[in-house]
Amino acid sequence: MIPAKFDYKPASSAEEAIALLAEYGDEAKIIAGGHSLLPLMKLRLANPEVLIDIGGINDLSFIEDKGDHIAVGALTRHRLVEQSDLLKEHIPLLAHTAGHVGDPQVRNRGTIGGSLCHGDPASDLPAVVLATRASLLITGPNGERKVEADDFFTDFWETAVAEDELLTEIQFPKFTGQEWSFQKFNRRAQDWAIVGCALQHSDNPGIGMINMGTTPVRASAAEAALKSGEANSDVADLADDGLSPPSDIHGQEDYRRHLSRVLLGRALDNS
Amino acid sequence: MTFPIKITVNGKSHETEVDPRTLLVHFLREDCQLTGTHVGCDTSNCGACTVLLNGEAVKSCTVLTVQATNQEVQTVEGLAPPDGPYTPIQEGFRQEHGLQCGYCTPGMLMAGTALLNEIDNPSEEQIREHLEGNLCRCTGYEMIVRSIQWAAENPDGIPVEIGEGS
Repeated sequence: MIPAKFDYKPASSAEEAIALLAEYGDEAKIIAGGHSLLPLMKLRLANPEVLIDIGGINDLSFIEDKGDHIAVGALTRHRLVEQSDLLKEHIPLLAHTAGHVGDPQVRNRGTIGGSLCHGDPASDLPAVVLATRASLLITGPNGERKVEADDFFTDFWETAVAEDELLTEIQFPKFTGQEWSFQKFNRRAQDWAIVGCALQHSDNPGIGMINMGTTPVRASAAEAALKSGEANSDVADLADDGLSPPSDIHGQEDYRRHLSRVLLGRALDNS
Repeated sequence: MTFPIKITVNGKSHETEVDPRTLLVHFLREDCQLTGTHVGCDTSNCGACTVLLNGEAVKSCTVLTVQATNQEVQTVEGLAPPDGPYTPIQEGFRQEHGLQCGYCTPGMLMAGTALLNEIDNPSEEQIREHLEGNLCRCTGYEMIVRSIQWAAENPDGIPVEIGEGS
């Protein structure tokens, strides 16, 4: 399978990428590691006329301690996130989950920003962004703006990043609690999660759910129950409360609801 | 429209122009005539197309050739020099019968090479985790794992002249 023809425009800086986006508008797509976009292009589900490659912008790959949060550059590859001592210490849920994305080869190429901008409800990292209540820095022709995790995932494969904008940085508040867990249920190694959940248990607990809606979603009812000190089993029973999981070849809606309660129960018991 | 590239493959520099949509695996197989790298699933699942890009294992069916410009690629042909000896990984697959049909083998060799470059003496669990992205349709995983263990235990391999057989 070979993608449809496109013009290739490598960018050497974020500014250049944004200028190229302004020039080519909705004909263009940004490519970073390409592990979400290239499979779609090979299937001709995505047919951008112009591909703007940000893979060479080394300034966008970083993991930095900023006092109350850790800043992660959008181009940071999953493998660097997985192995970062800074992230293992301050946002262990993120480092752990990055090590469960795809397989080693995928983690060597795929980037955190690319995964988030793909906005796939079946992806692992969006659930972590929700659970950790991260902020996302988006840069466009009018400068930089900050979007909270809850406002980032807007629809199926759609995010708050506009056609003329670039996700540049994700800011993860340092985790001060002790308990966290990532649970992913799939039938084969390297498959997407049929359902998964990411849990950070602190004074303001966060629970992000995988494949439980048309976007990455937060288990708000379970979070509230956890915050008010309800028993783990009662919290887990609320995993799917208010959510609308899809039915597809991997599982029907009621099966996903069941899985979400089981997985959140495991997350709570294991955290 | 073509795009100029400069890529080092197995130590040899290639300066040419490619259609930007050319996948790295097709550039290696068709332009460089290095057909050891296989196209398996073509969907970044099976790992038969695994090569090293700047020393890291990647699936060359999901990398554009233009993304690899000014970088170094190593394929299975770049493991042993033409006059031998085999690398420990290759010798391990020979000693432990690490292949049946052989289709997945180039990818297994490159994934195994990347693993041993990073961890000298991996546990069985680490080997299995590292091979998560490589499928063997013959399901010969036991012997593949043993082959990599053999390579870890014999970092100097056994010097065997390629072509002589034994």
